[in-house]
Amino acid sequence: MKIAVCIKYSLDASEVKVDPASKELKMAGVPYKVGVIDKHVLETAVTLKETYGGTVHALTVGPTKAKESFREALAFGLEDVTLIENPLEGEVAPDVTAVILAKAIEKLGDVDVVVCGEVSDDGFTYQVPPRLAEALHMPQISFARTAAIEDGQLVADRDLEDSVQTVAAPLPALISVMEECNTPRRPTLLEAMKAKKKPVNIWNVETDLGLSIAELQQKAALEKVHAEGVVVHRKQYVLKGDDLNALSNELVDLLLADHIIEGGA
Amino acid sequence: MSGIWVWIENSDGQISAISREALGAARTAAAELGQSVTALVFGQDVSGIADAAFDLGADAVLGCDDASLADFRVEAYGPLAVQLAQEREPAVFMVGASTRGRDLAAWVAADLDAGLVADGVAIEIDGDTVKLTRPVYAGKLLSTAFVTDGLQVMTLRSRAFPQAESTGATGTAEWVSPAVAEDDIPTKVVGFAGKEGGVSLTDASIIVSGGRGVAGPEGFAPVRELAEVLGAAVGASRAAVDAGWIPYEHQVGQTGKNVSPDLYIASGISGAIQHQAGMRSSKIIVAVNKDPDAPIFKLAHYGIVGDLFKVLPALTAEFKKRLG
Repeated sequence: MKIAVCIKYSLDASEVKVDPASKELKMAGVPYKVGVIDKHVLETAVTLKETYGGTVHALTVGPTKAKESFREALAFGLEDVTLIENPLEGEVAPDVTAVILAKAIEKLGDVDVVVCGEVSDDGFTYQVPPRLAEALHMPQISFARTAAIEDGQLVADRDLEDSVQTVAAPLPALISVMEECNTPRRPTLLEAMKAKKKPVNIWNVETDLGLSIAELQQKAALEKVHAEGVVVHRKQYVLKGDDLNALSNELVDLLLADHIIEGGA
Repeated sequence: MSGIWVWIENSDGQISAISREALGAARTAAAELGQSVTALVFGQDVSGIADAAFDLGADAVLGCDDASLADFRVEAYGPLAVQLAQEREPAVFMVGASTRGRDLAAWVAADLDAGLVADGVAIEIDGDTVKLTRPVYAGKLLSTAFVTDGLQVMTLRSRAFPQAESTGATGTAEWVSPAVAEDDIPTKVVGFAGKEGGVSLTDASIIVSGGRGVAGPEGFAPVRELAEVLGAAVGASRAAVDAGWIPYEHQVGQTGKNVSPDLYIASGISGAIQHQAGMRSSKIIVAVNKDPDAPIFKLAHYGIVGDLFKVLPALTAEFKKRLG
């Protein structure tokens, strides 16, 4: 079985600070890393490989400098990582990402299962997995909490807000997983050492995938974004005193005054 | 291209809250744009849903009632929405940002080569363009985003828009055939399980959450008691979920549920950025924590520094008395 996993070199949103005066984001020095969700993606793929046999190939779209960031991912037990260089300025739009990943998966050839995360750590658009499934004409099981192969089909529990569906899809198929689906392993030192020898391939969208940068630019231009930082002004009113009953009474008064709750008769 | 389409998510004969909100947003936008609102009603035995959509102010209903649409599958719903959009060329397609809605919107946008703005929390009309405000980077940044050309596909976050109100209007829906026959739909639903009872986190107007400070599965007892008095849903931080004290479906945060209730009571939660991302848009935030320096107090409107095992029961008693 050939498994492709899509991972993302993501911005660490917890390190982004907002300048309270200008509302500008202080992006300088904000670190990027392979996303938290991606560890669950890798775990899903490697578990499938260990259970059913096969190979796992990771794909990512990002800046060339990301090349050094995939050692831990490789230590999960991947065959290789392929970094497709972002051909456009700035962050890659989800529709562009999906088109590039679809081409790369076609180039890998004979992929049986594509594993994605439900959402990236930074962009947070939820768009790439369904767009990718559509582009590849593959059935998809999204928001999955489990992943298995049964009778040549991908079978998974997908989490809907009000219920859980068990869905079966013939291969090749795409699955997007939630963090809940597993606990990622911690690669051993030996696995980390071995990972150093594994390749990180670099692909170019034009020469390796035959895509036109002009067309990708056109696609990227379909959405326009203007961003401004949010400075939170909260009352931060800490109720003082040792008498919990009095404090509780005061809090209920405040919430009633804010019309957040309504008093009884 | 003209008209605003809204996909009407429904289950058990009811329009989902998130779709009532999307209809509300669509009606407001349609009034400004001078356009009509068309509700897309897909499913099995959904004539009542079509009636309800008219009542909530849809000018027209495009429906498809078929056994193949009984369960949501993007491989069945997607091609149907695409086919209708190609025939009738709406200007805007609005979908609630639920799990089903997120799949449908992105699949349709990909198939139609359309732009999509995800997770809007506010709408502004500029000419023929629907501009959305969406939070990014754990809510530290609000971006205004819009589609520049062609069909404008968008998903709207739950509880960001007021629900459409009943108008008493009636109408006759137009019913079409499914786009894909069951035999040609690759995915099959082979099992189904309801979720445990209680109030759903994303729909809840009040949430009481517990974090590391609850110190164990039994520590959620006072959290649940307070929630019960308030008719609230029970939430949890990632730390509490990771420790195995409460199931994942209670997790609020960037990777759990994104919630914006009227009142969010965080108890024993320090306020890691991961958690903040999921709840910072709550109207009023109350923090209860032993540590006066916990970051959650910076985000809170009201704070009580103290032991949650003493503070929560006192609050429960007070709410019981006052709300009785």
